[in-house]
Amino acid sequence: MTQTATTDRAASKPLPRKPWNRHLLAIAVLAVLMVPVPLLLPASQQSIAMRVLIFALMSVGWNIMSGFGGMFSFGHASYFGLGAYTSAWLLVESEVSPWIGMAAGVLVASVFAVVSGFLALRYRLKGAYFALATFAFAEMFRLLATNTDLVNRAEGYHVPLKVDESWWWMQFAPTSPNYFWIALALLIAALAISVLFLRSRTGQFALAVRDDQDAAAALGIPVIRYKLLTMALSAAITSVAGAFYVQYYLFIDPDLAFGSAVSIQAILPAVIGGVGTIWGPVLGAVILGPLSDMTATLLRNPPEFLAFLAGRGGLDVMIYGVLLIIIILVLPQGIYSAVRERWFRP
Amino acid sequence: MADHQQGVSSSGVAPEEDLSTTQTATVGQSRRLVDAFTRSRLIVVAVIATAVVLAYLRADSPVIATQAIVTGLLIGGVYGLVAMGLTLIFGVLDIVNFAHGAFLAVALFITWWLVSSMGFHPYLTMLATAPIMFALGYAVQRGILSGAMGKPLENQLLITLGISLVLENALLLFFGANPRAVALPGNQTVGVLGAVADLSRILAFVGALILAGLLFLVLQRTRLGTAIRAVAANDTGAQLVGIDTRRIYALTFAIGTACAGAAGTLVAPLVTVEPSTGALFNIVAFVVVVIGGMGNVVGALVGGLIIGLAEQLGTIFLPGQSPLLSVFIVFVLVLFLRPQGLFGRTS
Repeated sequence: MTQTATTDRAASKPLPRKPWNRHLLAIAVLAVLMVPVPLLLPASQQSIAMRVLIFALMSVGWNIMSGFGGMFSFGHASYFGLGAYTSAWLLVESEVSPWIGMAAGVLVASVFAVVSGFLALRYRLKGAYFALATFAFAEMFRLLATNTDLVNRAEGYHVPLKVDESWWWMQFAPTSPNYFWIALALLIAALAISVLFLRSRTGQFALAVRDDQDAAAALGIPVIRYKLLTMALSAAITSVAGAFYVQYYLFIDPDLAFGSAVSIQAILPAVIGGVGTIWGPVLGAVILGPLSDMTATLLRNPPEFLAFLAGRGGLDVMIYGVLLIIIILVLPQGIYSAVRERWFRP
Repeated sequence: MADHQQGVSSSGVAPEEDLSTTQTATVGQSRRLVDAFTRSRLIVVAVIATAVVLAYLRADSPVIATQAIVTGLLIGGVYGLVAMGLTLIFGVLDIVNFAHGAFLAVALFITWWLVSSMGFHPYLTMLATAPIMFALGYAVQRGILSGAMGKPLENQLLITLGISLVLENALLLFFGANPRAVALPGNQTVGVLGAVADLSRILAFVGALILAGLLFLVLQRTRLGTAIRAVAANDTGAQLVGIDTRRIYALTFAIGTACAGAAGTLVAPLVTVEPSTGALFNIVAFVVVVIGGMGNVVGALVGGLIIGLAEQLGTIFLPGQSPLLSVFIVFVLVLFLRPQGLFGRTS
């Protein structure tokens, strides 16, 4: 009893008294506002909106483990890829609906997160060692997938096209707004789950463990259990992004699923938006999502002084890198936190 | 296997915890510590010997196993050099440097450019790459990383990640993704201990060992090296005796980056020159650094040889899989069983 009281008071100190309902309300408002977006956007912008949503979903997942759980992951590609490969494998090899494949992917990814997390915590890896271990797991998946016949080696999977549009098979015309709505629903659900998680006893305990593991343990909180729960939830959300990715792009291969670029894509929006905040990952994704299209457009018809770069790739990721450095040096708490500090201080 | 695990875990946590309680440490305890070191080394040697013997039994012919061992040790020397720079940076600045491989890639492209358009001999370009990378490393530490010293580990990790994204993609932007090659004049196949190897591999190995020896001498015998080791051991203490720690941070980062630069030149004739080549070396170097013990320069060299060996023996034990897979398996095992590295505490 006293435990709950203590953690509740500690957690609510820096925040307004009951921020959770306000967050939930904001999420609902966002959902309503975003619903008509695919009908208003020109078709060419639709793919950008989709990228933003997938980025955001991955990063919301990463943020739970690394922001709220305090365990810096450099290998979220493991969970993304497991979600993607599980659903693709079930769909292509056994004709299982992507919705069921998505659920299966969630299961596989969270079980893997718990097992690998248990090993990492059992052997008391932290900080750099923990990050490197998650990275190593993702790379091992990539190498295994590249060289294993069971999952088509380096070729990966193409999702077979159905004749008709179908909700059951999650297949629509390429420009259909349904894709947007599904991704939006998944993102809204993930955000709501984040808030509900933070509001729950479990989430409060997870925050306590992050802030001071020894103190939390001294209060009788089973540290390892709450860390593993946090990891499983984080893996589940990121794996949903992977499963949806396959359905939207109709293709997956080992590099797209498990490559280190995927882990970086899960990290960047949260870091730029604000690690350990509900809205940081979404804000970061909105900033990063359109960048690659903008640079691609720029380099397709470059101005005079950039003419020698026509048709080259790499500029977008270079800008990601510059942004990352600047944000860490200037606003290490992320853009969302900086804005909140400045304008929404009570 | 069970025996190995037991031996490792019983000595696994010894060094750091024993050192933190030195107040009460008796002579008997410290002797036990030494015994634990020796034992863990013996276990490492035993595991490697077993792996080598098993490789001979598994391989279709002994020549294949010999070839794998020779190739592995030769490239392992280069891994060692790359990792020495990385581990030095970790030991002194406490930074997990994700940009190390990108620096190597930059040196690779400088070498390629000097060879292909200026007609230099590949190894001669080291006179350019090492100083350029030294300067670049110095500038990066002073200009970017110094702002994040003492901040949480993630911040520094993310900054170096940002630097690597910028460098690697700048190469991609300016040179394109086409793979290129650097040809070594007079390169030929040479017989080594019953196996064969390209002369370029042997020269890379020898060059890496010479540079590693030089670095070791600098660290052990010069005033700068002493200052670097002092900062690594205790930076506040070093500051108190009058060492300019900020200068040492920058110089250490520069030296580490110069190692990556020199290694970039050495491997130029062995690898395809493309922006992503550096990332591969970065991954391997991390593994080597953890195996050798973060901050342990000699451990990095030995770890490099072990990982080179593991990579090549992996092709025998796990046919059809990427050689890197066995590297990661070794890595995860070491992380779990002996996170402070195979060679005891950090320097």
